[in-house]
Amino acid sequence: MSIQVEHIHKTFGQFVALDQVSVNFPDGALTALLGPSGCGKTTLLRVIAGLETADSGRVILDGEDASSTHVRQRQVGFVFQHYALFRHLTVFENVAFGLRVRPRRTRPKEAEIRLRVHRLLDLVQLDPLANRFPTQLSGGQRQRVALARALAVEPKVLLLDEPFGALDAQVRKELRRWLRRLHDELHITSLFVTHDQEEALEVADRVVLMHRGRVEQVGTPTEVYEHPASPFVYGFLGAVNTFHGRIDGTHLRVGEATLPHDGDAIHQGADAVGFTRPHELEIVTDLATPHGIEVILDRILTFGASARVELDSLPDADGRGEPTHYEVILPREKVDALGLVEGQRVRLVPSRIHVFPNQTA
Amino acid sequence: MTFATFFNPTRQTRVLPGFNLALGYTLVYLSLMVLIPLSAVFIKSATLSWSEFWAVVSAPRVVATYQLSFGASLLAAAINAVFGLMLAWALVRYRFPGKKLIDALVDLPFALPTAVAGIALTALYAGNGWIGSLLEPLGIKVAFTPLGVLVALVFIGVPFVVRTVQPILEDLETELEEAAASLGAHRWQIFRRVLLPILLPALLTGFALAFARAVGEYGSVIFIAGNIPMISEITPLIIITKLEQYDYVGATAVAVVMLVFSFLMLLFINLLQAWSAKRTGRNR
Repeated sequence: MSIQVEHIHKTFGQFVALDQVSVNFPDGALTALLGPSGCGKTTLLRVIAGLETADSGRVILDGEDASSTHVRQRQVGFVFQHYALFRHLTVFENVAFGLRVRPRRTRPKEAEIRLRVHRLLDLVQLDPLANRFPTQLSGGQRQRVALARALAVEPKVLLLDEPFGALDAQVRKELRRWLRRLHDELHITSLFVTHDQEEALEVADRVVLMHRGRVEQVGTPTEVYEHPASPFVYGFLGAVNTFHGRIDGTHLRVGEATLPHDGDAIHQGADAVGFTRPHELEIVTDLATPHGIEVILDRILTFGASARVELDSLPDADGRGEPTHYEVILPREKVDALGLVEGQRVRLVPSRIHVFPNQTA
Repeated sequence: MTFATFFNPTRQTRVLPGFNLALGYTLVYLSLMVLIPLSAVFIKSATLSWSEFWAVVSAPRVVATYQLSFGASLLAAAINAVFGLMLAWALVRYRFPGKKLIDALVDLPFALPTAVAGIALTALYAGNGWIGSLLEPLGIKVAFTPLGVLVALVFIGVPFVVRTVQPILEDLETELEEAAASLGAHRWQIFRRVLLPILLPALLTGFALAFARAVGEYGSVIFIAGNIPMISEITPLIIITKLEQYDYVGATAVAVVMLVFSFLMLLFINLLQAWSAKRTGRNR
């Protein structure tokens, strides 16, 4: 079932949680709502679920306006960050809850309930623990029970609010893979909220990036990572180096240095910020190279497959006072081949740089 | 704690010091303040022979007071359980002007001298009182009837339920209700299947406390009860009456019955509470 939200606006007192948000969530996809805390992603999820009412705008489920439908009738499965399991009920009864509260006409027979609950517990690999109470389970197990409980009512969409947020790193990683597999099996339209960009890029088919109550970008993980639509997205998705400067022909001029860029939409002489990923910077030891910014090599960290080199700009290179910090990732052999030493002066030449007009200037 | 460590606490090094002192102090204090006075009741009543004892405690006028005292106390505690829960719910879940004031008012029956409460209630519910004059034409007499006793017992029992349920309600995540609603449960089903089972142990504690208080209540009841033999006499009044007639042994005999009966009921409620606590997974 597809989900569309149109011009959703929601305020809490003075705070604008959602500012005219419109997004399409296609049928059968696993979408991540990604953003820093307070960006409105959880509010959006709760509005879609019907746990929160928007001040204005529409929520369209499967082509029908569901804005005024009660959460009870929306047929959404909701999974909470802190599980929200019923602690007085066993794992089995937790999962059976949604079936037992149905009106008598549509309630399945006891045998049917048993069958369905056990099938779901099998699916989440918890059938042996059916008679335990939630307090006797680990965090990862509890979240899987919560998921089985949400799936028991055969929801049309599955909404997960930071489902792995309360778990430790190891379990988190495992559950991520597991959620992806589960989704590939069930193909139920799913939305999950996260502030962890790695989680979003790894698990989701599509990523919706939110910032300050607005949608910044929508796309596949590759699209948003490779072609961020805004400086915010660039900064939020992984490590990034920034160069503050001014557009000069086909170059970004940072102080005395010039960096070639392929941008076009920015007019001459405008203040601009260039973004490059750590692996998109090259270190050139020949200081006579025409382009690139001269920096001092601060530290070389060689562990793992690639080396990380940390560099600082020359004092006051871009007229901003404090030295700017850069990070480059390159193969370890390259470090040896270049014969890099700490304290050395080198030039940084971006192999790819993305330039945005500087809004803060 | 096992039997062995109970008597040999020195065998284990404890993180918390002062176990011996604390236990000794607790036992001495409990003996001085509770056990010795209570056992005196039993010893005094033991001067009666079994048949004399039975004759005193099974006199029709005394039996009628048991019925009223325990019946009205149970009913009052039950009423308080229902309305105390509602009051606690309103205080925890909603914001309204004067909430702090109402929260403070709940404790008033604790603080008020019971005789004052009794006189106030009598004045209100008597045939010429504010409320009594409204109810009288409808054929409802409150003051000087068992109903009056009930009103007084409800009044003094309110804080017990509210104050025991309130903290549990405050800890209850609204997410539980949201989860239940997203699974298709109606308001009533959420209350019945999610909230009530979680609140039940606390509710039972409040019920037991309100009941215990009501059984022992004297001051507020005697004014409004009218103390008509066989109709609106409570057991504590019988004890006082016997004391005033210098029938100390008779008074203690009735007291023993009350004590044993109260103890059994509280024990039963405690067992019920332990059972429901276990069911709600409170015991980790």
